[in-house]
Amino acid sequence: MSGWETVIGLEIHAQLATQSKIFSGSATRYGAPANSQANLVDLGYPGVLPVLNAEAVRMAVKLGLALNARIAPHSVFARKNYFYPDLPKGYQISQYELPIVADGAIDIVLEDGSAKRIGVTRAHLEEDAGKSLHEGVPGVTGIDLNRAGTPLVEIVSEPHMRSAKEAVAYMKKVHTLVRYLEICDGNMQEGSFRCDANVSVRKVGAEKFGTRAEIKNLNSFRFVERAIIYEVARQIEILESGGKVVQETRLYDPDKGETRSLRSKEEANDYRYFPDPDLLPLELDAAFIEAVRATLPELPDQKAARFASQYGLSAYDAGVLTASRELAAYYEDVVHEVPREPKLAANWVMGELAAALNKDNLDIASGKLPAARLAGLLSRISDQTISGKIAKEVFEAMWAEGASADAVIEGKGLRQITDTSAIERVIDEVLAKNPGQLGEYRSGKDKLFGFFVGQVMKATGGKANPAQLNELLKSKLRG
Amino acid sequence: MRDFHRNSLTELAAGLRARRFSSVELVRAYLERIDRHQGTLNAFISVTREQALKDAQAADRALAAGGGGALTGVPIAHKDIFCTRGVRTTCGSRMLDNFVSPYDATVVAKLKAAGAVMLGKTNMDEFAMGSSNETSFYGPVRNPWNPALVPGGSSGGSAAAVAARLVPGATATDTGGSIRQPAALCGITGFKPTYGRVSRYGMIAFASSLDQGGVLTASAADAALMLREMAGFDANDSTSVDAPVPDYVAELAQPLAGLKVGLLKEFFDKGLDADTEARIREALRIYESLGAKLTEVSLPNLPLSVPVYYVVAPAECSSNLARFDGVRFGHRCENPKDLQDMYRRSRGEGFGAEVKRRIMTGTYVLSAGYYDAYYLKAQRVRALINAEFIRAFQSVDVLIGPTTPTPAFAIGAKTADPITMYLNDIYTIGANLAGLPAVSVPCGFVHDLPVGLQVVGPHFSEARVLCAAHAFQRATDWHTRVPQGYA
Repeated sequence: MSGWETVIGLEIHAQLATQSKIFSGSATRYGAPANSQANLVDLGYPGVLPVLNAEAVRMAVKLGLALNARIAPHSVFARKNYFYPDLPKGYQISQYELPIVADGAIDIVLEDGSAKRIGVTRAHLEEDAGKSLHEGVPGVTGIDLNRAGTPLVEIVSEPHMRSAKEAVAYMKKVHTLVRYLEICDGNMQEGSFRCDANVSVRKVGAEKFGTRAEIKNLNSFRFVERAIIYEVARQIEILESGGKVVQETRLYDPDKGETRSLRSKEEANDYRYFPDPDLLPLELDAAFIEAVRATLPELPDQKAARFASQYGLSAYDAGVLTASRELAAYYEDVVHEVPREPKLAANWVMGELAAALNKDNLDIASGKLPAARLAGLLSRISDQTISGKIAKEVFEAMWAEGASADAVIEGKGLRQITDTSAIERVIDEVLAKNPGQLGEYRSGKDKLFGFFVGQVMKATGGKANPAQLNELLKSKLRG
Repeated sequence: MRDFHRNSLTELAAGLRARRFSSVELVRAYLERIDRHQGTLNAFISVTREQALKDAQAADRALAAGGGGALTGVPIAHKDIFCTRGVRTTCGSRMLDNFVSPYDATVVAKLKAAGAVMLGKTNMDEFAMGSSNETSFYGPVRNPWNPALVPGGSSGGSAAAVAARLVPGATATDTGGSIRQPAALCGITGFKPTYGRVSRYGMIAFASSLDQGGVLTASAADAALMLREMAGFDANDSTSVDAPVPDYVAELAQPLAGLKVGLLKEFFDKGLDADTEARIREALRIYESLGAKLTEVSLPNLPLSVPVYYVVAPAECSSNLARFDGVRFGHRCENPKDLQDMYRRSRGEGFGAEVKRRIMTGTYVLSAGYYDAYYLKAQRVRALINAEFIRAFQSVDVLIGPTTPTPAFAIGAKTADPITMYLNDIYTIGANLAGLPAVSVPCGFVHDLPVGLQVVGPHFSEARVLCAAHAFQRATDWHTRVPQGYA
């Protein structure tokens, strides 16, 4: 399996978070009763016409600006013609030759910390199709057109990715971006964010791309990774045994963990694209584009750079903390309360908090532990009321009981001992109880220092201030 | 019973407002004429008698209360291509034989709001594809001037109904001449506005970039009155134009003197019947006598109109008619075996031969490998033709010529040869390709059959075109001639 290079390009479909559909006034809410959000336009009734939703255009422009792409001053909607029962008009309105967004790029960070730029060929607006239902309607196929006409932006990458990991990193980055821009809710279970992967392999050093397979409708990061890994192995096996990869569309079966053929190139539809005569070309002037630019939030890369410089964080930490807008906001809310402890805050947000959320299958937006509450805990570490070790215990209690740090500290008597004479008293007692160890230490067995620390901590229930304890213990041991 | 049908639509509207007669009387009289002549002419697909009488009563109440709009109580008919809420809307096709529209087309809603009373839905070529009304699922319409002849198409039902005075005015649509050609063949006035002037919402699409709603009436003055109520921007139609609608009726009085009239060299070609040409030349002398100045102009690419049209229109129709799949509305075959079978048989049974021919042509010209050679090239030539029209209108105010190469032809005469049929629209298609306003007015007879004179103007010059037609009709009485048996 060595000597092969993988080449991957992704087509990501992101559902735009507009209130209404791209060409009609119907609502786009998920999960409504079948066909309750399909009006005459969505049903493709005789005589109806599409009217473009301006909000969908603004969202696509936002995306284009965030990708540093070219926003087309003139783009054209085209009809993609094919028959399918859940495609009411017999064509999908999309963009073909002249998309609204072209020539963008996105930077991803690889495992070794190095960055890689992935080109975005284009992003275009289109409408989604409906759904065919085969369950709950015995003997017939049901059609639900609630989703028909939902606005999508299709983001097409260059074939720049060289591994499943890179593909996932790219897809995650796009996911982060659309959520930052608030143009897509990113909900992959509901299909709001999904992708098709074009996968091929070639000999290392080869100039030409190998024949590719397109894997359709991958709706989780894990499936993308697994499907690509499977597909790459399948293609290499074919090539190494002297066969030829067929250009085709394949489906990933998550239960079996494999891809299977859906249709070959020969069976592919001729979509007979042509400009939709019902819609005028979309003309965007510089003023409009600048007005949209003014609404852009701080983008993930900008935010990460600012976090690194403003809070003195590593590039890695800054990247993790800015992976979602909610997480970044949470972090900054915490730092706002403990402005002198940005690193401590970062460690806690990425460490204990992330682990606890993960364990309970929650995300940061759940509000389970408000930022002010975590900041309360960090303040007690910062002012030495408790040690970092005790803080973990306090955190667990806060998580379980929803209590504040101070309540837990007081309730459990966990306040750190910082009174020098109190610590000295305990040290004296420990030394008195352990004359043998004291003699050994004084005769040069330095390693026993830890033993004494442990004994003092045990006696104080872990509450002795560690720095003070070290200091005092050293001088006492010296005698 | 008074002879209401001898009055123009404008006179009837005024008479209703003055309360010289009621809308109920008027509607009854016209319904009676429809009953009497429908068997011969087959101009209607549906007659909405009860609703019409109810609407007439409501109109009378509104008029009695001193209210009402410009057309309150005036009977009209709609081409069966316009969706009418609660009323069967067939588009002349078996495919929609069972289709009752749940909504009103914008044109229908606007005319309703102006007070017009719908008497019924008129016959037409299937999905507006035809020039003779012979492709209708509901049988051919007959020409009131001679029942052995076609009325023209695709708005043949509206044209025959107005010519026979079964209704004072009717809506129609024009994709390649479907208003003007039947107007010419039936001896009435047919007006197609600028593309975008009248909303296409609810008008079942044939070729979206060419389709335009308009009117068939006895005179240009009547057309102006109806158009004023129909025209205007519609937020539901992205291709409708947001520009103020002039008072076309008030504009009719503009003087004609000094009007620069262009004679299109390409319209006086060898395909033009000599007798028809003679009538056109006579009409041009009348224009000269009214103070117009004639000059010859040439649009070298105009002769390519027909081939361009028969690429662009079928391409759009092949896509527009994809929605008729038997899934949500319209004809569905009995006991489909599977999805493919349902598609094939529903569409195979629902569409007639001419519609199928155009869907196949359109599918072909959009196919991979043919798109550039056909569709793209046709669009380029279309752009050239448009540019030539615009250039011509820099030196002339209107272009005047024949509407059709010959008067009405016999039913069945051209059905065997689609190309001969298509050539009947050779003089009308140019205005559709360029989206220009154009009118056909009667200008005499050849062997007792009416001849149409066409006036084409620049974009949004509806008022000028109507004014030129109106001036001609003040100087002549061809538009008052009614076929024997219908006077």
